[in-house]
Amino acid sequence: MSVTAQDIDRTARLAKLRIDEGEIPAYVRNLNNLLKLVDDMSRVNTDNIDPMSHPMEGQTQRFRQDKITEENQREIFQIIAPQVTEGLYIVPKVIE
Amino acid sequence: MHTKKLSEMIADLRTKKISSVELTIHYLNRIEKCDKKYNSFITVSHQEALESAQKADKLLSQNNADIHLLTGIPMAQKDIFCTMGIKTTCGSKMLDNFISPYDATVVEKCNQAGMVMLGKTNMDEFAMGASNETSFYGPVKNPWDITCVPGGSSGGSAAALAARLCPLATGTDTGGSIRQPAAMCGLTGLKPTYGRISRYGMIAFASSLDQAGPMGYSAEDLALFLNVIAGFDEKDSTSIDTPVPDYTQDLNNNLEGLKIGLPKEYFAESLDTEIGKLLQDAIKIYEKLGATVHEISLPNSGLAIPVYYTVAPAECSSNLSRYDGIRFGHRAENPRNLLDLYERSRGEGFGAEVKRRILTGTYVLSAGYYDAYYLKAQRIRHLIRDDFMKAFEKVDVILGPTAPGTAFPLGAKAADPVSMYLADIYTCAINLAGLPGISVPVGLKQHLPIGMQLIGNYFREAQLLNIAHRYQQQTDWHLRIPEGI
Repeated sequence: MSVTAQDIDRTARLAKLRIDEGEIPAYVRNLNNLLKLVDDMSRVNTDNIDPMSHPMEGQTQRFRQDKITEENQREIFQIIAPQVTEGLYIVPKVIE
Repeated sequence: MHTKKLSEMIADLRTKKISSVELTIHYLNRIEKCDKKYNSFITVSHQEALESAQKADKLLSQNNADIHLLTGIPMAQKDIFCTMGIKTTCGSKMLDNFISPYDATVVEKCNQAGMVMLGKTNMDEFAMGASNETSFYGPVKNPWDITCVPGGSSGGSAAALAARLCPLATGTDTGGSIRQPAAMCGLTGLKPTYGRISRYGMIAFASSLDQAGPMGYSAEDLALFLNVIAGFDEKDSTSIDTPVPDYTQDLNNNLEGLKIGLPKEYFAESLDTEIGKLLQDAIKIYEKLGATVHEISLPNSGLAIPVYYTVAPAECSSNLSRYDGIRFGHRAENPRNLLDLYERSRGEGFGAEVKRRILTGTYVLSAGYYDAYYLKAQRIRHLIRDDFMKAFEKVDVILGPTAPGTAFPLGAKAADPVSMYLADIYTCAINLAGLPGISVPVGLKQHLPIGMQLIGNYFREAQLLNIAHRYQQQTDWHLRIPEGI
């Protein structure tokens, strides 16, 4: 499986990442080199093997009581925001 | 002062031979004088350090036996841990303006134990790298040879320790980022079992692999430090609720009857001859101490790199989607629309290696490729873990090299990023399996340090520290200091 410039372009859009046109060939080359490495995986038979996302057997996501434990700290958290007005994060207009 | 052992520093503080303020000023002056050569710190927190040291001195003057042993001891935090009111950059332009509004649990615990934070150490951007060359704040130099890398991603912590700019430091390890720089800088570094240390406030790279850990000069020092930072945390949903032993208690346990496994895949023809010889010397010492050595096999270890470089980028692409220029971090100027704001903020804020990994991760998770890549990798991950479990039916601990070579020259792997990935060849399987691993200095090749890796079963950190400590009682590699320090 070989990656093309169009693949990088499409993937960059999915990742909301701006890549300069001039940089695309290097990304194509690097991703192809990595995929060559990764393609070794196809040699192994993994029928009947469950995928593992947590290293330890039997661990599941912990739940907690649906009770309020946190305070609203909006003011503290918004000190570091790029643009805030009246407690709202400001972005370029989205609705046409 | 900075060449004293940690235990001597602790004794000096207790007997009032020195105060924490004096010790802190000593280290702050050293950082000021020497760090231009190494670039190991991103932020030095002078004021906060002196305030902490003053608080520590007040506590120490009470002569209360309950005061933690590490009260008043200076240390450094890898700049991946959120520190309230202090810049936390993760080595990235994306967070160059980020002043954290809260402390990571690791930071909170260090502060509660009365440790004095000197500053935040340099690191590969978002913990992605094995050489500390991808940092927005410039590469870190190895104090053993400043034309060489210190390893990564915890290269700043490693270099600061090696240059004696702090006696203890935190690191994080996703594919080897504590163990490999520890090996390259002649230090002892531990990646604990996944879930042993809280990830709350530790900026996420790959959530099923990331783990914080202590770095220092000896297993003894690490045991003291691990006592501070280990433990269940409600705020980390992957934190495991299991008791924290006193890690110093078993340090001197007898090794009679200990079964050490040597994976034949790690000791293959491709292993560097000198590294192999140094490991054989270490094995002989363990045999003298009463251990027996057994050949084992980890048949799927050759797939650790492909699996890791599928899983880690996939998880990173998800974790780094939060950097959108809206709530914090870098924002592009004059965005034309919302999409432009997202794309340009991220394009400008992230460096090349981070972008490579986000693209890789997004690609392997995208429709049409998810099964062949990501799901496949998660299945093989199961096989890799099972290899270790089978091995631990036969042996107590596994021994091998930490890294395939010594610290390489700066820029040596710039032309081919994938060649850098092979630095993780002995370490990343341990992250995939969630097992604890420690790197211990085992010799020098020419003038550069080599590390030996010991891998234990889940939550056997006390045993790993014991096995490392008994070796360090017979050798002095961990006491060697780079020339000119």
